[in-house]
Amino acid sequence: MRKILGSEALREILLPLGRMAVFVVGAGALFSAVMIVLAFLSQGSGADKLLQNTQQIGIVGYTLQSLPQVLIDGVTLGFVYAAIALGYTMVYGVLEFINFAHSEIFAIGAFVGVEFLISMKHLGVLAAAGPISSYLYLILALIAGMLASGFMAMFMERTAYRPLRDSPRLVPLISAIGVSFALQDIIRLVESLTTGQFYRVMPTFGDFENRIPLFTLPIAGSPVAVNIQVKSLIVIVAAVLMLVLLNFIVNATKMGKAIRSVAQDRTTAALMGIGVNGIIAFTFFLGGALGGAAGVLYALKFTRIDPFVGFMPGMKAFAAAVLGGIGNLTGALLGGIILGMLESFAGAYLGVFTMGNFGSEYKDMVAFLVMIIVIIFRPSGLLGEQVGHKA
Amino acid sequence: MQSKLREILASIGAFINRGKNPYWVTFVMIAGSFALVYVSPRSIPAFLLFAVSAALPYFLKMKGSLKLAFAVLIAVVLVPILGARNIFYLEVIFQIAVFAALALGLNIVVGFSGLLNFGYMAFYAVGAYLWGFFGSQQPFLLHAIPGTVPPGTPFFLAPDWFYLFIFLGIIAAAIVGLILGLPVLRVRGDYLAVITLGFGEIVRQLANNLDKPLNLTNGPQGITPIQKPSLPPDVVAFFNTIFQPLVGRRVTIDQLYNILFYLLALIVVIVVIIVTYRLDDSKIGRAWTAIREDELAAGAMGIPSNKLKLGAFAVGASFAGAMGVLFAASRTFVSPESFTFLQSVSVLTMVILGGIGSIRGVIIGAAVVIILNLQILQSFSLFLAQLRQSDAMIPIINFHWKDLSNQLDPSKYQRLVFGIILILMMIYRPAGILPAERRKRELKGGPAADESLEGANAAAGANAGTSGESGTDSHAAAKSRGEGDGNA
Repeated sequence: MRKILGSEALREILLPLGRMAVFVVGAGALFSAVMIVLAFLSQGSGADKLLQNTQQIGIVGYTLQSLPQVLIDGVTLGFVYAAIALGYTMVYGVLEFINFAHSEIFAIGAFVGVEFLISMKHLGVLAAAGPISSYLYLILALIAGMLASGFMAMFMERTAYRPLRDSPRLVPLISAIGVSFALQDIIRLVESLTTGQFYRVMPTFGDFENRIPLFTLPIAGSPVAVNIQVKSLIVIVAAVLMLVLLNFIVNATKMGKAIRSVAQDRTTAALMGIGVNGIIAFTFFLGGALGGAAGVLYALKFTRIDPFVGFMPGMKAFAAAVLGGIGNLTGALLGGIILGMLESFAGAYLGVFTMGNFGSEYKDMVAFLVMIIVIIFRPSGLLGEQVGHKA
Repeated sequence: MQSKLREILASIGAFINRGKNPYWVTFVMIAGSFALVYVSPRSIPAFLLFAVSAALPYFLKMKGSLKLAFAVLIAVVLVPILGARNIFYLEVIFQIAVFAALALGLNIVVGFSGLLNFGYMAFYAVGAYLWGFFGSQQPFLLHAIPGTVPPGTPFFLAPDWFYLFIFLGIIAAAIVGLILGLPVLRVRGDYLAVITLGFGEIVRQLANNLDKPLNLTNGPQGITPIQKPSLPPDVVAFFNTIFQPLVGRRVTIDQLYNILFYLLALIVVIVVIIVTYRLDDSKIGRAWTAIREDELAAGAMGIPSNKLKLGAFAVGASFAGAMGVLFAASRTFVSPESFTFLQSVSVLTMVILGGIGSIRGVIIGAAVVIILNLQILQSFSLFLAQLRQSDAMIPIINFHWKDLSNQLDPSKYQRLVFGIILILMMIYRPAGILPAERRKRELKGGPAADESLEGANAAAGANAGTSGESGTDSHAAAKSRGEGDGNA
């Protein structure tokens, strides 16, 4: 208790907040600058003329106009990816193994959260929910998703990974692929047994669809109102809170110290009296809970979920973890934000700049390309140490 | 209990393998099961019995030439006859052949050289799209709106170019394999697995999206129709004079096409098997094994590991390329849906189920997974569908079958099956059903000669539950598992 009030604890809360602010502002500024330069360079090109003809606006004006919205979308997406990426990176940190099934942990969180809200809706409480109680239900759904995902991750570790802990590196990876596939179908089985349909739609309630006006951009004679959807704001705030909490647990508590020591050297940690299995299970729980929360947030943002919903965000989050330097918590945050921005920018501008030849459907490919390039040329990521032979 | 069972099995095996018994047993089994399938073409147990008896000559002690004779008889005479009676069997066997070739290709990459590849279907896609593009009207539709075909558009090439394209498919896939293999030079282990997964997804997304600016792949709708090699009417008539009395009715041209593709797939698979066997025992194969076991040591012994690893990717890819061309022609349709991550993992499942690095094992793995997929799961689905239409109910819990959800269709739950196979194999038998020959030889030669691979695996399985808890004590178990898998 004394420690929480002490300066170290305060630092562990403020430091990640500061880092997030730096990353968001830095990545946003960098991407915007690149985009604006690109727009100026392609003035007078075919894309510019096409825009002039169809929307009566030059490419520079178009870019500037849509930039704030694209940035907001990018940040929202980035925090979701960061929350998932932390699950990968924590498990990799302690076990040096890619938990492939983390994307299904994410899906389980999404389904449990949405099912909770659907059952609340059937009880009729959701329709009657006022502005405050609707947030309460959302928080309850988040907690339900986090608990389900966390315990699922622990269970998974106990059954499918622990028996293989000391085998050759590829063995647990293949097992993880198996877990991932099996879980997809188990979710599908459970969901379709009850209603005959395997997808779910987030019930609409509260004022999450509303948009909060932020400011007005005075551009080119036609001012653009910039606003943020309430649910995007919720996603960002919830993700930030959880990331700070996680950072606090890992860096400022005794449990976190144990996690870090297990990550450094499992055998020595065991000799020092740390229950290695318990710590690894707890790590899975933490990562799983974060993934589950990300799942609920994802469902809130994109409304429709199916059992295979985890694959793409999971892969992108993995790419984010690798980009930031796998095993490094700050790196996962940075990677997530960069990847979210990248995807948002690619989705918004790729089609326009290539005159519709390569549209936003390529935005999924961007994540894979980034991942491949980073792994080939800098496997340690942006912030990671040299992994050398491990990779 | 278990040892007694083993004794009984051993005595049965000894009896079957004594004197002339193998010939009689094989002959009776094949003739009997053939008759069964012939009489009741729809019975799945009969087909399974036939499949088992077809595999008998391989496992029994017989003269090599007679084994070959049995194999030719089954492959060229019996299977086409049964296939003409029930076309579904040909489909199953065709798919087994296709996936056996794919699994053998992946086996070279994963099994021989120890490089995990999750994007293997990309090479198959290269072959399929190669013939899909040149064997259809697509080259004339580059500027057409995807999905529309102006009337009167001719085909780009004559159908018989198909045979050349099997070889072009090999070359194209090998080149793509070399390109995708480049990261191998810098990355290995699980990072390599993820990179190959990324490449596989990129190839699929390209196939999905390259309908503009130039309509190369026709996007998600896929390319259709793709030409099959030509089958002139006099050939059809000739085959009918042979087949009509055997099958009992006229064989249609569609059925003949099925037989043709079956035979082509068989030829490709046989070539692939021969190439794989030759490679396995060659200098290259040994170098691959050396790289898999310890790359540093292999390099120190003068093995050019970069070249060989790229070679493994190219050879593995080329098998898939050939089968891709065959697949495109047999389906007359290619779409990105056929080359998903699920498909890549299903091929990996075959390799792991059969035994990483084991050629026989991989073929059996392919057969088991395909039969499971196409026959056993399907028949469960059919059974459930019938129950659903009936008025039957489960007595004690008063559950009406017709209330069962439509989604509960076992044939849709391939992922569950693959997933469980992968987990269980990794935990209990990482070396697969039929472990690789070379590993058996290695184990026989060493001081631990009497501890066969079975023993090592059983030990690994028994220790699996406890190895985690005991922390440091688990090294012995890990070591024995490491020998069983050798995939470090």
